Amino acid sequence: MWNNLRKRSFRGGIHVEDHKEQTESQPIEILNPGEKVVIPLHQHFGTPAEPLVKKGDEVKVGQKIGEGKARFSAHVHSSVSGIVKAVDYYNHPSGQFVLSVIIENDGEYAPFEESKEIRDPFSLSPQQIIEKVREAGIVGMGGAAFPTAIKLNPPPDKPIDTIIINGCECEPFLNADNRLMIEYPGDILKGAQLIKIATGAKKIIIGIEDNKPDAIKIMEAHSKSFPFTEVIPLKTKYPQGAEKNLIFALLRRKVPAGGLPFDVGVVVQNVATAKAIWEAVSRGKPLYERVVTVTGPGIVNPKNILVRIGTLIQELIDFCDGLKEDTKMIIIGGPMMGVAQWSLDVPVIKATSGIIALTSIPPDEERPCIRCGRCSEHCPMGLVPTQLMRLTKFGKLIEADKWGILNCVECGCCEFVCPANIPLVHWIRTGKSKVTLLKKQK
Amino acid sequence: MNKKEEKIFTIQSSPHLKEKESIPRIMYTVVISLLPAIGASIYFFRFRAVAILITSIISCLFTEGIILLIRKKPINSLWDGSAIITGILLALTLPPSLPLDLVFIGGVIAIGIGKQAFGGLGYNIFNPALVGRAFLQTAFPVAMTTWTPTILQKVDISTFATPLGNLKFNQAIIKGTLTPLKDLFWGNVGGCIGETSAIALLIGGIILLWRKCIDWRIPAGILSTLFLFTGIFWLINPNKYASPIFHLLAGGVLLGAIFMATDMVTSPITPLGNWIYAIGIGLFIGIIRLFGGLPEGVMFSILFMNAFVPLLNQFTRPRYFGEIKK
Repeated sequence: MWNNLRKRSFRGGIHVEDHKEQTESQPIEILNPGEKVVIPLHQHFGTPAEPLVKKGDEVKVGQKIGEGKARFSAHVHSSVSGIVKAVDYYNHPSGQFVLSVIIENDGEYAPFEESKEIRDPFSLSPQQIIEKVREAGIVGMGGAAFPTAIKLNPPPDKPIDTIIINGCECEPFLNADNRLMIEYPGDILKGAQLIKIATGAKKIIIGIEDNKPDAIKIMEAHSKSFPFTEVIPLKTKYPQGAEKNLIFALLRRKVPAGGLPFDVGVVVQNVATAKAIWEAVSRGKPLYERVVTVTGPGIVNPKNILVRIGTLIQELIDFCDGLKEDTKMIIIGGPMMGVAQWSLDVPVIKATSGIIALTSIPPDEERPCIRCGRCSEHCPMGLVPTQLMRLTKFGKLIEADKWGILNCVECGCCEFVCPANIPLVHWIRTGKSKVTLLKKQK
Repeated sequence: MNKKEEKIFTIQSSPHLKEKESIPRIMYTVVISLLPAIGASIYFFRFRAVAILITSIISCLFTEGIILLIRKKPINSLWDGSAIITGILLALTLPPSLPLDLVFIGGVIAIGIGKQAFGGLGYNIFNPALVGRAFLQTAFPVAMTTWTPTILQKVDISTFATPLGNLKFNQAIIKGTLTPLKDLFWGNVGGCIGETSAIALLIGGIILLWRKCIDWRIPAGILSTLFLFTGIFWLINPNKYASPIFHLLAGGVLLGAIFMATDMVTSPITPLGNWIYAIGIGLFIGIIRLFGGLPEGVMFSILFMNAFVPLLNQFTRPRYFGEIKK
């Protein structure tokens, strides 16, 4: 029972000021997009979807406009009704240009097909549920955007016993998942039941960091009406929501290096994904909208907004009464792992959890490494970041692989604590892609 | 905001938040933690301590500045605190009567050969202050082993010795003239200006541990190894060997274990590496003190283990999360 004495957690990680107060009690508001909507065909981990529409085509809300043909891919659906203006490369939150369907929104929001209410979604077979999830183009909405249908379909020799619903939202500033848990606890829990049925698991654990007491209370109250469903509060520590650390904190199981949660009988899904699964299976609704937290010291009126995929972030920022004069940086995602944007002409995609405007930039005066070891002390994966940096710098890729470089989850704890301001994550990312390339060549 | 108005945003690789910690902050924390020891040295050796400290710090800053200019490196790293620490540490390891020109030479060697020759902060293998001291000890052995009592001691200067010298060369145990532990604890004994007061060094160590500026494994490993090693011999023959407590408090063990061996740059980065490094230092100190020709062995023990650090880092890689045993 020592778990009750000590708050569940993991080794390493950092304590960051969470900055959540700006939006934690802001109810979710709805924003419809303007005239132009940009829907990238690559919003997920894996191969991009192939376009099903061309310039001049008429599309409706929920119509499939991109087909994920490869195994690791996901379908893409229209979030508005209107005319396709172009299928062309466009700015993408990743910083690259990605083939996207650009639609002129007619403002009608005419549905593609009448919603097919299913009387008892819980009586569906696992295959039926997985098929509906695949059809709806659902991907992990926590940030990694892994195609959910693949996650629900583990290899037969890896039985699943536990579903973890990830409500940690450990990134500072973000409240999208927090608000979903407060406002839609029923949908999330019903989605969790469907995941349980699809994977044949026995129990559900909902893990929530203890800086969200309202969400914990509401989820606890609602989970009472579901069998084998338990809410477990976790210590507030970044990156508590990282899959492998979360599994360890809740179940004391270690996912083997290079392995997946399947290997220890677990499937982890984000709360937003669970809600999307419920909507897809019970109503046939594809994933074409999501909640985004727009916040940070540079935003005049921070809000949590339900927006359609493809809405340009300029519109979200305008909806929050714009940027303050001294805004220096715009980040899509959280401040620890998100991507800094050079333009506001970028669409919201399935994995966009937040838009953060920062008014200060971290110092970039780099000094030599003094081997203080703080990076290693705080690494949640037990790596030695400074060593990985050095090995990458000197091109010692086989050594870097031996030191476990591919296990880095790029959470940024090492760089956060580095007193020498060394861009450790950047070096390790470089090293990871080089090591991966080297392994492919072999 | 007007849509036509172009706003320039900074782009950079994640993470976009940083802790307010920097190398100068760490360095000046170490300087603060050295203040009790500096205070004790001035209390016991008065003007001599002040003169040695100032000379040593100026010498280190001067050498660092000149070499930074020659190497065309940013001169502001002169004030990152590391050269000042080297200056203070070198001064604290010098005998009170050492002529000031020798002190200055020690500082030049410490920074010039011990640090900048390797590429400056972060790249040196050996503790710079100890490199400077090792040079002085070898080049000027008489000046470096001439001891004067503290201003509070009333003893004959001509036969004065440090507690360890007294133990080694004067059969202090048999004669019953072994330095009392109480004096070792407070620091009213002969020796290098900064090593005599155990209490001042311990206060500094607590500050460093609290601010997480040193790895606790290093002092713990050194002190416990030395305690066990000298303890075993003391149990075998207490008439020949001094007690382990005496060995922990006398000489430069505390100064070395808390401030020298823990230098981040010249100590291992892995937990296991730190244990091996610390135990090695503790053993060497014990061997040199009990069986060597010198009364004291802290400096050479640390320098010797410094040489092993790259190797230790290489072979003590910690197991990462989920690593499968092979």
